[in-house]
Amino acid sequence: MADYTDKEMMALCAGRLVPNGAVLFAGTGLSMLAATVAKRIHAPESVVFFETGGIDPALDELPLAVADPRVMSGSAMNAGLIEAFSILSHRRLSTIAFLGAAQIDPYGNLNSTVLGDYRHPKVRFPGSGGACDAASLAWGVIIFMQHEKKRFVPKVDYLTSPGWLDGGDSRQKAGFKRGGPLAVVTNLGILKFHPETKHMYLAEVYPGVSVERVKDETGFELDVSQAVETPAPNQQELRILREEVDPQRLILGPAA
Amino acid sequence: MDLTGKLMTAKQAVEKFVHSGDQVSLGGFTLSRNPMSLAHEIIRQGIKDLYLVCHSQGQAMDLLVGAGCVGRMEIAYGGLGRFAPTCVRFRRAVQQGDISLEDYSNYQMSLRFWAGAMGLPMIATKTGLNTDIVKKDGFSPEDRGKGKVPGLKLAVQDNPFAEPGDKVVLLPALNPDVTLLHAQQVGQDGTVRIKGLSFADLEQARAADRVIVSCEEIVPKEQIRQDPDQNALPGFLIDAVVHEPLGAHPTACHYFYDYDPQHLLMYGKVAKDNGSFQAYLDQYVYGSRDFKDYLAKLDPAALQRIKADPVLGYAPGLDRR
Repeated sequence: MADYTDKEMMALCAGRLVPNGAVLFAGTGLSMLAATVAKRIHAPESVVFFETGGIDPALDELPLAVADPRVMSGSAMNAGLIEAFSILSHRRLSTIAFLGAAQIDPYGNLNSTVLGDYRHPKVRFPGSGGACDAASLAWGVIIFMQHEKKRFVPKVDYLTSPGWLDGGDSRQKAGFKRGGPLAVVTNLGILKFHPETKHMYLAEVYPGVSVERVKDETGFELDVSQAVETPAPNQQELRILREEVDPQRLILGPAA
Repeated sequence: MDLTGKLMTAKQAVEKFVHSGDQVSLGGFTLSRNPMSLAHEIIRQGIKDLYLVCHSQGQAMDLLVGAGCVGRMEIAYGGLGRFAPTCVRFRRAVQQGDISLEDYSNYQMSLRFWAGAMGLPMIATKTGLNTDIVKKDGFSPEDRGKGKVPGLKLAVQDNPFAEPGDKVVLLPALNPDVTLLHAQQVGQDGTVRIKGLSFADLEQARAADRVIVSCEEIVPKEQIRQDPDQNALPGFLIDAVVHEPLGAHPTACHYFYDYDPQHLLMYGKVAKDNGSFQAYLDQYVYGSRDFKDYLAKLDPAALQRIKADPVLGYAPGLDRR
């Protein structure tokens, strides 16, 4: 058995993808952990901002929602939604947004609105919030997903947040100037998108997870020929995540 | 200018300025600065068929929907962060088809309020191209163009300043009948001060025909005008001011109190069942004369625990599990 949990692995793997100096559009949950852990390990000059208008807050305590007063404390400035989305779409900034969803398709399009028919949904989720905006306007997007067949579907029930749309150059043709998903971090591995077709492929698989299992939990054809094993978290990463970033385990949940 | 004629109770403000069928916008965001005292009053007065227009709304929206006050809604997000990833009564109402619903994104809704505030009929954006937010309608075609319902949800067109094919989304502006806000301070001259994030409150207030502001404190004019850089809205835009300490409970009000994790967790549980939700309304809303009466029913120790640290603006070390 691994001495770390899926959530710890996901937060650390997403954190490793953050370049130093990045301007990060964070939600709550795992994206908060990923951003904070990256800042403390290898990307100290990166900054975090929230769609609600909290720009580069101190984050002494973990916020549990993007409107948590903890995103308003020790910040560079406290603004509003219009200002935050202007930063998200700023041409000079390589903004990276973290998103999660209920469903994802092979081109990284996301559903966080409904399961079933839109007007008569089987299950209603919260809706876009700022997710559609982040997927439309950010320089890049990192996606968190639970790796399950019912979530990795050939076609999402409702396309809330645009990924690579129909693949190829369809995103550009739709009128978007930039952006698109960079990676999908799941509890089994890391998926990326083919440079030309924009179809998802398996880039990394976690220690102890078989490629077969990833294929079984994916509801569409997945190229696994390039998959390598992800390095296990090291002691420094785990210590910072557990002792400094989320000591109450508010987001990490039960320990391994 | 002073508050004469504007300072009133929540009951008076809602009686005067909120009517069944009105298009209402709620200030705040998920678990911060929800106008809870005003929402309770709307429920107690039996106001129905409201047309809510929201970006990301939490507790006030969920209570209004659960109490059957809402007929129609345009919204980007109904959730309370970790306390309710999807607002419970909102989810149920949508799944049962109890309310007519249209989805937009947060930026789209903010832009629509902003356009309304600027007197524009519409505003263009790049957000949402080729998504189902653009492709799918929630409102039925026969409701389109009636009352405040826009004739089209939105339109996708070529940018006239570029080569053909450069698409933009055109969004209809919003001018709600009334906007409800909860702020930290209002001056004796009606000037509103919001601390922490303003979300889209300022656009929502400037776009609306009428504005009700509930607040933690009423302060002297000289005090609020000493530092005008900190002020959000002038008094002449405000129709009613309600002095309501803790008026956003159980959501947070920066520098005054944190969200109340215990109450939100309890609500999340009782809201799942029709019987226990009705009991919640009976005890806390219908069974209370006013918001002070509601607050008196809460555990004083819990209210003490959420008191904000004067420097940090929240309650450090609060047990939020």
